[in-house]
Amino acid sequence: MNTLVRENRDSELRQSEHFVAPVASIIEDGDGYMLQVEMPGVNKDGLEISVENNELTIIGRRSLPAVEGTLIHRESRRENYSRAFEIDPSIDADKINAKIDQGVMTLTLPQAEQVKPRKIKVS
Amino acid sequence: MSLIRYQISELTAWRSFDRWSHLRDDLNTLFELPSWSNFGRQGQLFSGWSPALDLYQNNDNVIAVVELPGMRKEDIEISLHDGTLTIAGERKTESSNGEKAERSERYIGKFRRSITLPARVDANKVSATYRDGILTVTLPKAEEAKPKQIQVNAD
Repeated sequence: MNTLVRENRDSELRQSEHFVAPVASIIEDGDGYMLQVEMPGVNKDGLEISVENNELTIIGRRSLPAVEGTLIHRESRRENYSRAFEIDPSIDADKINAKIDQGVMTLTLPQAEQVKPRKIKVS
Repeated sequence: MSLIRYQISELTAWRSFDRWSHLRDDLNTLFELPSWSNFGRQGQLFSGWSPALDLYQNNDNVIAVVELPGMRKEDIEISLHDGTLTIAGERKTESSNGEKAERSERYIGKFRRSITLPARVDANKVSATYRDGILTVTLPKAEEAKPKQIQVNAD
């Protein structure tokens, strides 16, 4: 099974603070992958992206508009966003690029220039 | 061959509290199931997109806050009719050739959302801002809808 990006649901972070998982899409292009994550209310300053041991973790902390008044109908959730993905070692973690525009974060995950076949030594 | 394996999040947003939304969510869940086994995205045909909407009011205004990530502001349409606020629009993809979605949870396409306002508003003074994917619509109350202090005269 060639799995290059896979959601990791057992991430430790998810258990310590209460987050909601944002809606995401993964798009394959010629050179790698593009991950789009919807996080309304999150801007550049609220975004934390880290890669450790092939685990890509995204945290989006929301800065919601301050509204003066009494809430009379609510459908939104107040929690911050977090979601973790497992990425294949063939993705070049140093070249991951992120941007966020109107609450949608786009991560580009390029594959390494040359994905070398690994030799396994039989002892 | 699938290069990305994907799992539906266990924390799918439950966004609306009215019973129709519950029904819709149930239907969504039903239609989402096949996609676990790479069945495609048929669910989208039925589910659509119903952006989360919050409503506030104070003495002067009714304020609607709507989560609309990834829109262009030109594609958002706000209208007011008979005390009902309607927010509609279309989210477009910027996908080009050679790209293919491995797994798509994001909704692309048209949406429409209506809500009855709790007070009469002045349609000519409605204003809206769109920032970080959140639309804030401020609807000033009509003069007659504003709370008034009534003086009690005693002899």
